[in-house]
Amino acid sequence: MERHGIKPDEYERILELMGREPNLLELGLFSVMWSEHCSYKSSRVHLKTLPTTGPRVVQGPGENAGAVDIGNGLCAVFKIESHNHPSFIEPYQGAATGVGGIIRDIFTMGARPIALLNALRFGSLDAPLARRIFEGVVAGVGGYGNSIGIPTVGGEIVFDEMYSGNPLVNVLCLGISRIDGIVKGAAKGAGNPVFYVGAKTGRDGIHGATMASAEFDETSAEKRPAVQVGDPFMEKLLMEACLEVMKTGAVLGIQDMGAAGLSCATSEMGSRGGLGMTIDVMHVPQRETGMTPYEIMLSESQERMLLVVEKGREHEVTAVFEKWDLHAVQVGEVVEGSRLKILERGVLVADVPNRALTDEAPVYRRPMQEPSWQKAVQRLSLGDLGAPPSAQSAFDRLLTVPTIASKRWAYGQYDHSVGTNTIAQPGMSAAVVRVKGTATGLAVSVDGNGRFCYLDPYRGAMLAVAEAARNVACAGGEPIGGTNNLNFGNPERPEIMWQLGEAVRGIGEACRALGIPITGGNVSLYNETEGRAIFPTPVLGVVGLLEDATKTTTRAFKRAGAAVVLLGDNLGELGGSEYLATLHGKVAGQPPTLDLSREAAIQKLIVKLIRDGLVESAHDCSEGGLALTLAECTFDSGGIGVAVDLPEVRLKPDTTLGDTAADVASGFSRTFDVNATLFGESASRIVVSASGAQLEAVVAAAKAAGVMATVIGQTGGDRIQLSVGGTRVVDTAIADAEHVWATCIETQMGRR
Amino acid sequence: MKFAVVVFPGSNSDHDAFYAASEVIGEDAALVWHKDTDLQGADVVILPGGFAHGDYLRTGAIARFSPIMSAVKAFADRGGPVLGICNGFQVLLEAGLLPGAMVRNDRIKFVSRLVPVRVEQTDTPFTAACASTQVLHMPVAHGEGNYYADPDTLAEIEAHRQVVFRYSNAAGEVSPASNPNGSLNSIAGICNRQRNVVGLMPHPERATEAQLGSADGRVILASAVKSLASLAGR
Repeated sequence: MERHGIKPDEYERILELMGREPNLLELGLFSVMWSEHCSYKSSRVHLKTLPTTGPRVVQGPGENAGAVDIGNGLCAVFKIESHNHPSFIEPYQGAATGVGGIIRDIFTMGARPIALLNALRFGSLDAPLARRIFEGVVAGVGGYGNSIGIPTVGGEIVFDEMYSGNPLVNVLCLGISRIDGIVKGAAKGAGNPVFYVGAKTGRDGIHGATMASAEFDETSAEKRPAVQVGDPFMEKLLMEACLEVMKTGAVLGIQDMGAAGLSCATSEMGSRGGLGMTIDVMHVPQRETGMTPYEIMLSESQERMLLVVEKGREHEVTAVFEKWDLHAVQVGEVVEGSRLKILERGVLVADVPNRALTDEAPVYRRPMQEPSWQKAVQRLSLGDLGAPPSAQSAFDRLLTVPTIASKRWAYGQYDHSVGTNTIAQPGMSAAVVRVKGTATGLAVSVDGNGRFCYLDPYRGAMLAVAEAARNVACAGGEPIGGTNNLNFGNPERPEIMWQLGEAVRGIGEACRALGIPITGGNVSLYNETEGRAIFPTPVLGVVGLLEDATKTTTRAFKRAGAAVVLLGDNLGELGGSEYLATLHGKVAGQPPTLDLSREAAIQKLIVKLIRDGLVESAHDCSEGGLALTLAECTFDSGGIGVAVDLPEVRLKPDTTLGDTAADVASGFSRTFDVNATLFGESASRIVVSASGAQLEAVVAAAKAAGVMATVIGQTGGDRIQLSVGGTRVVDTAIADAEHVWATCIETQMGRR
Repeated sequence: MKFAVVVFPGSNSDHDAFYAASEVIGEDAALVWHKDTDLQGADVVILPGGFAHGDYLRTGAIARFSPIMSAVKAFADRGGPVLGICNGFQVLLEAGLLPGAMVRNDRIKFVSRLVPVRVEQTDTPFTAACASTQVLHMPVAHGEGNYYADPDTLAEIEAHRQVVFRYSNAAGEVSPASNPNGSLNSIAGICNRQRNVVGLMPHPERATEAQLGSADGRVILASAVKSLASLAGR
């Protein structure tokens, strides 16, 4: 029982649902289906509070992926999913099969996948292990996506010591389907045959879902056999064949076999359709001899699909699969009732009510407790920080932080041009792809800040939603839907559960305020090694619609002589900033404040400004604050410099970075004012550039929208020149800064 | 005129080539399944990028056995213009329609970026509309694009002006610094002795619209249209 990850009280519940003792196979089914990974038993009560509806929602949570209406009879189908645990044990295959899994979720809905993004977290690149995992994950992400021909167009990568024993690999896939072409993962019509197609079933990945629902310890490497091996060529055949076969109309339901394999596909399709399913494992194509029903049902071999086909039209389905050299075999049929029956050569070997495995899986309202250290880490007095560095040295240092530096080393290994839809090149914040056959485009971004969430999971999660949506808006996209990936530690610990509960509450509140329905997602818990949890890391994926795909922009300045305008307020908030972490070695304070109505206003404004062609560039302020944002606007611009003078933020001498404490900081230095002005990470800020008469229009539009607009300087020259309150504090040649920024990760990865 | 784009099961740039030929250039185009034996009366054949049969053995190694390849060979033997892009180039090498071979990129990793390429020859059906030494910006996206040939073959290729494209910088200067994958003599594309079969690693079909980063590749497809028109006019 313990080996199956089933707790004694859960076993009692199984006895109740079954009305008898389960046999070993049945226990195995419960084990994988009731794992945290498949059942969401700890998170379900919280996830239910998220907003999931809206005028554009075509498909909300509960299916293989969510979908939102993008006009022209089409919908965007998308979801984010994690493959954290496998990627730690075997980085290349773990990441590759993570990509393969989310692609299957998308084409299973009848949508053609057109873009991939990923949110990755690794330990510090100073550690050889982190470099090895980073190298393997990037190669795996590329290896799978490049082969199958779906461009990897964007994402984010963060390096922090807190992820050294537990990297995060979250992958988002976006596809396009006709709204009337959506196919669901439900069984229909008793008597209809159930087909299996794709790779043969092997012994790989047995209990992968259970592994993903446990903490790591020093023996985790021994779990390597539980990581599956991906075959992108097989997936390519499956994708093309499935998309083709769904057009025949003979497929009534389809589901991929991901986590928990055949067990999950059979029980979920049955329970979603309110019907039963009977299959005989004898018919399941097997890679190895002597496999038991237990092994067949629990295998997580990749690239396999289960289909319910309309009786009498089997030949239409098999003909398409044969064209692609795939063999679709009938393994069973849909039956009246609600039981999943598994036969071995006609002999009944398992008989379970399918809802017992799915809807009736345990739901825990686990105890939540604010960590005892929470308030303490939020308090930080400037006086405790010691002497602040000069703005110039802080700027120079931040350019070499891998989290801030260019991720060219990674995306240079991703095919981002295949498909001929990619408008924004990777590294430009949000990804932008066009929708062929229409004038529209889609902007997509994935964001999350674990440091902010550690300091305040509620506000940190709101900031993640706001940043993802803001990035999409900065590319001209109106945010229309979201997906979330919740990466947390062990939910059996009340402090972790509190973090999760607070984060979900924050996501819900921000999504409601910004009008972004959550249409699906993924929860990854037990992200701990040796009892040490990662930062709580909710990652938000937001999809935005561009009515005219030609009306977009990037972060890079386009010409000299343009005015540089800061939209939003510069509040000089240093809490949880990269500056504090890198220059003062502290992860402390309150994360930046967020006024959701101001956030909504600035997002609406930037979408309008881009749509009306009034701004030449737009860049959201995040890690590294205004200084690094301005530097990034000069990078990839062909060397267009910038000179600005920022109004100085005046921190009160008694300012603490906590919100209530009033202890007077000793040793307070005015340099903090300058550094807070440059490196504070206040939310709801965007840097734009505009020329000539358009500048007046920008300022007028901002005024009408109630957004503060400050002309802070001009583009031109070949230097980054930043002044605060009239005093020049940073002055660097772009060529030098850009070289350091662009090659930082390459240099780190060149170390042995 | 009509383009035929061959579809191997693992082709992933087939639709891109089809879209460029039909929607961007505005010519007829057809997708031809690799198990077919007929090129549907096409005037130009494109072997697209991708991973034709998974390429777990050697890139393009199995594709040459696809039924359609007999038709492609016969078409090429008759002087018909054939363009192999990326994996399609690899297939042409494996099928013996072009000399040499591909090995792993010198820096081991997959390379994906926009690169400048210098046009070396303008007397092929795919460069007829180019200016001599014109520099084209096109994306590369490959793990095995490191062109290799034994010294005799290489000398022969150079002597017969079969190097059609070389990796260069934006000014058209060729040097090791502008070579993304270690290809001998910075070779990005070559043709056969008869000059009607051309293979290149960069993707012209992905560079036909400025909105996507470059429209420089358009001239390659336009060249095919131009050279066929001049043939017809003769």
